[in-house]
Amino acid sequence: MEEMIAQFGNQWFGAAWPSLWLVIWTLIKIIAIVAPLLLSVAYLTYAERKVLGYMHSRLGPNRVGPWGLVQPIADGLKLLLKEIICPSWANRRLYFIAPTLAFAPALAVWAVVPFSDALVLANIDASLLYVLAIGSMSVYGVVLAGWASNSKYAFLGSMRAAAQIVSYEIAMGFALVAVLMVSGSLNLTEIVHMQQKGWFAERGLSFLSWNWLPLLPLFVVYFISGVAETNRAPFDVAEGESEIVAGFHIDYSGMAFAIFFLAEYTEMILVAVLTSLIFLGGWDAPFAGLPDSAWWLIGKACLMLFFFLWFRASFPRYRYDHIMRLGWKVFIPLTVVWIFVVGIWMLTPWNIWK
Amino acid sequence: MDFKTLLFFFLATILIVAALRVITARNPVHAVLFLILAFFSAAGIWLLLEAEFLAMVLVMVYIGAVMVLFLFVVMMLDLDFDQLRQGFWRYLPLGALVGFVIVLEMGAVLAHRIFQESIVVPMPEESNTRLLGMLLSTDFVYPFELAAVLLLVAIVAAVALTHRGGKGSSGALVIDPADQIRVEAKDRLRIVKMPITREDATNEQSGEKKP
Repeated sequence: MEEMIAQFGNQWFGAAWPSLWLVIWTLIKIIAIVAPLLLSVAYLTYAERKVLGYMHSRLGPNRVGPWGLVQPIADGLKLLLKEIICPSWANRRLYFIAPTLAFAPALAVWAVVPFSDALVLANIDASLLYVLAIGSMSVYGVVLAGWASNSKYAFLGSMRAAAQIVSYEIAMGFALVAVLMVSGSLNLTEIVHMQQKGWFAERGLSFLSWNWLPLLPLFVVYFISGVAETNRAPFDVAEGESEIVAGFHIDYSGMAFAIFFLAEYTEMILVAVLTSLIFLGGWDAPFAGLPDSAWWLIGKACLMLFFFLWFRASFPRYRYDHIMRLGWKVFIPLTVVWIFVVGIWMLTPWNIWK
Repeated sequence: MDFKTLLFFFLATILIVAALRVITARNPVHAVLFLILAFFSAAGIWLLLEAEFLAMVLVMVYIGAVMVLFLFVVMMLDLDFDQLRQGFWRYLPLGALVGFVIVLEMGAVLAHRIFQESIVVPMPEESNTRLLGMLLSTDFVYPFELAAVLLLVAIVAAVALTHRGGKGSSGALVIDPADQIRVEAKDRLRIVKMPITREDATNEQSGEKKP
């Protein structure tokens, strides 16, 4: 098969074929990542409605298809067919660029996310830095959407979102500092490899060697900051229905709104996968003897996603100043203290990360 | 022309156009967005030079944090564009002079490099993030810590400037709930006895009442 393609390519494109083939092959890989991702986004919305339904003693969607399984497709079609409205006096160009700016970083981060030892699109040295850098750009979509719609509610929502995302990024970054201290690498694959070694891993209990146990406070801080970064309940003041109607996307309709929705859910999946990679051992099997595979990563990510939905069903929305206090006065000092603890720990004879 | 050169010219074109638009855009929000685009293209060029750490940090610090705050402030400003443009012709000669001097200086530095043999530093095999970390914590540890202390002083100064004292972070805005409970009606409401006055005909028509 491969030879046939190579022969065919050489015949038609000559010397330019190898570089052209690289581009095509990369595009195929990108599609292989993005297509399942978007499908899981669609079914994450279904899972969310079902889980929330059962937690509220309701049934959730169950009309479209068996057990309501076609519901996300129907929702998607509905959004596609709706008219996109642009408010008068809105800044038209920015109004339509904003959803793209929200969605593009959420997809771009997936370029460096490893799914198993060899299954990664771009295994770059500083992939953790790349994740932080591109992740920090997602705030622009929200901010511009609020400003460009020329509405007070939308503007208030975007201001809240911007302040919240910038604050929690610091806690998130500090939590990762300790991770890269113990891993000695910025590469996500290396970080997972470091978690496969250790006293417990040698005795068959690999899940106790993962970063979550020695870095427990940072694990909690990272995940909660992730929830805040994605503007999910209980930190969803950016779209607090009770105060500012729907926040930054109040004026958006149809597919323009759907793209914000897609961006939010893609980022949720991203935070879940990153938490699993950094703190829960990625594709490493929890016990010795079981084979390592990408399915473990997917399973762990699903567990973290369930936490997202569980939080939404359980906690009332935070007040805005409480969110800021939690971020600045609780999480940042906590992470800084734990960085010192880890630093001192690593210099003692009881260092477990050698 | 190989792909890398093509990419360089692509990024460089975007960078120059965006940088020009930063100073020519009428809307300040657009100007900030063009500045972000310029940073992003510059980060791309740094990536082409294999300085991936610098590129990532440029995106993370400038685009992810500094420019968000810039945008934050610019969006809330209510600018009068005509007033901003008033002094343009008066200040143009001075501005042009300063610009010319800067171009001259930069040109001198670049020309100096052109006449020399070009210095091509071979890229080390190891990741340059690790090498930078090594250098920062060995050879340059004192300048690095000095810079950190400087930033800390700046943070403390900023907090001291905006700190309003008192209880809580926002000072006067914080109200003790105990004081609220202890309040009595006579502290809040004063009933004033007034003699009844008769309203004249003209005021009755407009519906206004005179005390």
